[in-house]
Amino acid sequence: MTVENQRAGVVVEDMDQDRFPAGMRVLAVDDNPTCLKLLDTLLRKCQYQVTTTNQAVMALKMLRENRNKFDLVISDVNMPDMDGFKLLELLGLEMDLPVIMLSGHSDTELVMKGVTHGACDYLLKPVRIEELKNIWQHVIRRKKFDSKVQNNSLNEDKACHGAGDSRLGVISTLSADQDGKLCRKRKEQNEDEEEDDEENEHENEDASNQKKPRVVWSVELHRKFVAAVNQLGFEKAVPKKILDLMNVEGLTRENVASHLQKYRLYLKRINSVAAQQASMVAALGGADSSYMRMGSLDGFGEFHSLAGSGRLSSSALSSYTPGEMLGRLNSHASLVLRGITSSGLVQASGQNLSSSINTLGQIQPTPLPSNQSASLFQGVLTSLELTQLQQSKCTSSTGDFNPIKDSRGFTAVSNGFSDTRVTVGSSTSLLPGASSHPLVLQGNPQLPDDRGAFVNQYSLGVASLTPDTFDIGGGGCSNFLDHSNNESWQSAIQLSRFSSNAVPLSEPFNHNQFPYNNFVISSIGPCTTNGPIDFSSRSAISAPLEDSRGDAHCQEGLMGNVVQDMNYTLKQRWEEHKQDCNQNLNHTVNTKNSVVSANGIISPLGRSLDQNNAICCKSFDVSLISQLHGGALSIGPHGEVEKTALDSKMMINENFLLEQTKSQDGFIQNNYDSLDDIVNTVTKQEHNQTMLSDVGNSDLMLTLLGLVYETSDS
Amino acid sequence: MEVGQLQRRLVDYTKSLLTEGILDDQFSQLQKLQDESDPGFLVEVVSLFFEDSEKLLNDITGALDQQSVDFKTVDGYVHQLKGSSASVGALRLKNACVAFRSFCEEQSLEGCLRSLQEVKQEYYNVKNKVETLFKMEKQIVAAGGSVPKTE
Repeated sequence: MTVENQRAGVVVEDMDQDRFPAGMRVLAVDDNPTCLKLLDTLLRKCQYQVTTTNQAVMALKMLRENRNKFDLVISDVNMPDMDGFKLLELLGLEMDLPVIMLSGHSDTELVMKGVTHGACDYLLKPVRIEELKNIWQHVIRRKKFDSKVQNNSLNEDKACHGAGDSRLGVISTLSADQDGKLCRKRKEQNEDEEEDDEENEHENEDASNQKKPRVVWSVELHRKFVAAVNQLGFEKAVPKKILDLMNVEGLTRENVASHLQKYRLYLKRINSVAAQQASMVAALGGADSSYMRMGSLDGFGEFHSLAGSGRLSSSALSSYTPGEMLGRLNSHASLVLRGITSSGLVQASGQNLSSSINTLGQIQPTPLPSNQSASLFQGVLTSLELTQLQQSKCTSSTGDFNPIKDSRGFTAVSNGFSDTRVTVGSSTSLLPGASSHPLVLQGNPQLPDDRGAFVNQYSLGVASLTPDTFDIGGGGCSNFLDHSNNESWQSAIQLSRFSSNAVPLSEPFNHNQFPYNNFVISSIGPCTTNGPIDFSSRSAISAPLEDSRGDAHCQEGLMGNVVQDMNYTLKQRWEEHKQDCNQNLNHTVNTKNSVVSANGIISPLGRSLDQNNAICCKSFDVSLISQLHGGALSIGPHGEVEKTALDSKMMINENFLLEQTKSQDGFIQNNYDSLDDIVNTVTKQEHNQTMLSDVGNSDLMLTLLGLVYETSDS
Repeated sequence: MEVGQLQRRLVDYTKSLLTEGILDDQFSQLQKLQDESDPGFLVEVVSLFFEDSEKLLNDITGALDQQSVDFKTVDGYVHQLKGSSASVGALRLKNACVAFRSFCEEQSLEGCLRSLQEVKQEYYNVKNKVETLFKMEKQIVAAGGSVPKTE
């Protein structure tokens, strides 16, 4: 056995197929020492090479140090330091390793969650040796898959030259493929991916047998990557060019290609959110690329996180270096922004909006001191981008933003700050200063658990600006957006400061059909001046511009965040939207978070904030997850919701923003069915994240704003 | 006592534990896995289990003793205990944990306290039985025999 192990460890190309699976290197993670020891023993009995740890963070660290050291990871679901699902996601994104989940629970929901998060398998405790004897199949399968895919891609590559075709193809594939597992999705994507070149073929073949050094996509690297993508233009970003632009030694086209794939997935996920944001921004008068940025930030943030900043873990995204991202995002944002504007967004919408937007735009520049901003932006931007790319609908949705004029209020949801987590964590304080805005962040802390990277990103959707609710102090973001409450602008700004984070989860509801009515507008606007975190509020919450559509892409991530903020204000609307959102949320995002949020929304709006967020999160998560994994979006029971989720995604955001019934309509329509589901889901889930869905809670909003306001003042 | 007798006693004893439900098939599986290459594996795992369980029981007791009981925390501990019991095959103990958890969900302090008592009882019970089992095995080995596998 020893010899075999050694051989397995050393020889890459000559991997002894006969001996395999013996010598396969497994990393086992479980906080229960008895179970861990048992697992260790059983695995050794299967002749695997076993490394154990009882801490998820330690496992991540080990894997990051050298991805090639392990072939397979087995992890428990319930762990104190990090949620098993989150770890699962991170591993899937960063390391591309097969992961098997282990749990004492056999709920269908949990299993589903595992699948959607990308697990190769789900085992129940007590684990039996017979089952362990077969786990090697996952390693082989994955290798063969990638190999094959790459080979196919190669052929395709020859057929067509890369431009964005594959990308779109991929996207659609991804969207369409709801049932596939991550592997499958990846495979499909790979097939569509044109950029792989000949080298891949060889590499693939070798890949199965060897461990090529895995590239760690650090924040810095990812930043460069995104910058390159933005520079090239999303459509035109092919691995080769990206690689050239990035100019990083040791990075291969293949690395970039696979990272690009993931990035696209990510973008798709936040797409919905972004789209909304974009619309929002546009509506506002779009000038603010910053919004866009925010969006992208979020997306990015999230993406990055997922990719492996690893920071996503609940500890809050702070790991991001937003600053850098911000810069990048800007370019990205512009990209997005452009897209949105074209949709003829809201620009028209009320002057207020414009002004708000402008303000928002200003905010943008504030370099998020913390990573958070960056992440948010990214998230937002990306989502926007995605939105644009993907759906013309979105753009059209943006058109729908007119309602914005009506001041639908955007929910400034700070999307996607990856830092949102940070924001969230600190959550409460959207304001950089940290006033903890309870509203805003509520969801976030929890997010991390669920979503892992994504969740974190959620961070607070910044107080939704819903115009109505915002009347808080006048600063209400809502005012910002729409109505004439410009005065609230100030407050809104403040709010926006925090929020920006929302979004992370917003999984690109690509499917969204939602019109971006629900534009999530991060109220970031004026924030820039206020504080570094201005972004946060950006999370444009898809303001349900139009009722008809109701599809608002709730940036899921945003939603979550926004929801929180918004919850107060939007309660009423929220409910309706919630449902939608919830649905969406459930689907996409954090199963946990979102679900809860979803529930929250339906439930008393008052506290729905949390819930809403949860819901939002959920949807986002789901979407995200689904997107990511290409697997079923729906989270078990929320199956229905998912569908609606797409539509409703935006809803949540919308709710916030639009208190105005308008969005509601759109929402309700779409998600009517899902509403029920959502409601159910929501009620079931208990999530602290409160989504702002409650439009009616102007009081809350006020408070929120007030807090923000105060904070900003100080 | 001669080896053959000892071995028979061991087999009967193990069977009775299984019948009573104190131990389940998981335990037998683990027993079967013991072989020359890893002779002390079961004892090792079980000892770890005992250690871990006692710590958990203490934690649970402490948590229930608080002014304001955090049922989530308690539930977390019980869940852990349940997981490890299942892993080693302590069936009755595991079932007691399951019952305990439902009280945690209901947030019934009284129910929890009662459950805790039951869990403790089951735990000590299985501990004794398993320790006896191991002693018997040692005796057999000391007498020059090999531990028979329960079919």
